[in-house]
Amino acid sequence: MSVIMKAEHLSGGYEKETVLKEVDLEIEEGEFFGIIGPNGSGKSTLLRFMSRALFPESGKILFQGKNILGFKRRELSRKIAFVPQETAINFSFTVFEIVLMGRIPHLGRLQTETRDDFQIAEKALFMTDTSHLKDKKIDELSSGERQRVLIAKALAQEPELLFLDEPTSHLDIGHQVQILNLLKDLNKKQRITVVIVLHDLNLASEYCDKMILLHQGRIYSCGEPEKLITYQNLEAVYKTLVLVNKNPVSSKPFVMLVSAKKNEN
Amino acid sequence: MKLKQDDKILLLGLIFFISVLFGVSCGSIKIPLSQLFDDANKQILFLRVLRVLLAAVVGAGLGVSGVILQSILKNPLADPYLLGTSSGAGLGAVLAVIAGMASSLVPFVAFLGALGSMILVYSIAKEQNKIPVQSLVLSGVIVAVAFSGIIVFLVSVSPNEALHGMMWWLLGSLQNYDVKLLIIIFFIVALGIMGTFIFSHDLNAISLGEEHALHLGIDVELTKKFLLLITSFMTGAIVSVSGMIGFVGLIVPHIMRLYTGPNHKMLIPSTCLGAAAFLVFCDTLARSLFPPVEIPIGVITSLVGAPVFIILLKQKRRVN
Repeated sequence: MSVIMKAEHLSGGYEKETVLKEVDLEIEEGEFFGIIGPNGSGKSTLLRFMSRALFPESGKILFQGKNILGFKRRELSRKIAFVPQETAINFSFTVFEIVLMGRIPHLGRLQTETRDDFQIAEKALFMTDTSHLKDKKIDELSSGERQRVLIAKALAQEPELLFLDEPTSHLDIGHQVQILNLLKDLNKKQRITVVIVLHDLNLASEYCDKMILLHQGRIYSCGEPEKLITYQNLEAVYKTLVLVNKNPVSSKPFVMLVSAKKNEN
Repeated sequence: MKLKQDDKILLLGLIFFISVLFGVSCGSIKIPLSQLFDDANKQILFLRVLRVLLAAVVGAGLGVSGVILQSILKNPLADPYLLGTSSGAGLGAVLAVIAGMASSLVPFVAFLGALGSMILVYSIAKEQNKIPVQSLVLSGVIVAVAFSGIIVFLVSVSPNEALHGMMWWLLGSLQNYDVKLLIIIFFIVALGIMGTFIFSHDLNAISLGEEHALHLGIDVELTKKFLLLITSFMTGAIVSVSGMIGFVGLIVPHIMRLYTGPNHKMLIPSTCLGAAAFLVFCDTLARSLFPPVEIPIGVITSLVGAPVFIILLKQKRRVN
């Protein structure tokens, strides 16, 4: 397997503060890669760097062995898709219009979508199980449905690499599992490399092949869930007591909270 | 209503055509249709045609400017009148007239005024690199009021005879028969609309959200700047011939979004036709309701626009 994305001594952030410090990582082709860490540890920022929404202060990011800054924006958008954190959409586009927008990086400025583009969009709807919503307006959907439509839009870009920033944060457990099963399926069957920021440690542990734990802008730990999800790591980073056990079905690490009351005893 | 998208545009074309017929056949002097094309009425027909064309161009330009601002700001309440762009253009135009510039230069000074007011409104609204929509609309209204005040002041103290009684800067009027000027305006607006149409994909993506647009390979900041420049240019050109006409840029795109949907491939042509037809109708009413007195067209658009807008606002709330 070859490395699809690599960060070397990556540092940078926003105008006033450097969020990430000296981050080194490698993501291999076909991996389901998780990014976890407390609020403000730089998870979303790292994702923005890797999708070239931000430019590094120092260090670099290589995509398929080439510096990411050497790509044209449009060129990159044909290979990398991004599902942002949930935001309101103010105009009532239909689901199909939105999914078809995934074809924009493949179209010329005045070019209209061809039959191929329509087929690719239809396929993206099918893969995300949203075909029945095709003619509905985006503001008529539930959050779970909307998230699936935005994933379909990303799939219509025909990406090799798919970034997702907390795609399940507003969903109930049923929908969370539905979205992650879908992503795992795309990862396995379509060979799309998935890089995902997750808040929920148990979801991350259950689905990711490999992950990094961020702490104050640095990588605290990196590796398989078994190596990374330990009570030592989590207590040090999240500053809270936890127990780590095994999920009896998947035998992946499972995190349990310890509430304040028990704490005192 | 289950019309196909192309048929919807056709229907709008038909409505526009009817508005043109209506505009040409009505006016302060009543002439039966059968005699309108007689030689004796040639002059009147010429003036009416000119006026209908001006109304159509002004309407289309204001409508598309509204579309651009609404998509970029992701707020269906934005329009050049509300955001102070029109007042900036008006101030520029009035200054140009007072300075005694040639009429063909007025649109360009108005453009500078529009651009200036846009920058001013943006910098007032800006809070730590972000522009919250509420403060943008608020600062737009403040700038609009302030600039309108300055216009009134300049017009009332100006020794320039031509400016006296020119309150139409504030209320709008299409009583401009300077053919050379009209040609310039026509080209600026036509180019502006075509330029906007070329950016349909980008506008779709940006109205979905800037983060989405960025990851679809669009240079969001550059696109926004370019489109705001187009808006300023069109608004400047339009205001320099017609004064400030409110509500067109707000209400027509809003209705068209309900009619043809928010996809700019459809929205731009439909707004063009719809806004042109709307303004031709309003102008025809303005000049034929109380002959020989002409009502300022801004009064008509506000009287028609405000209630329609309130209804739309209420309806939308009910759906949500």
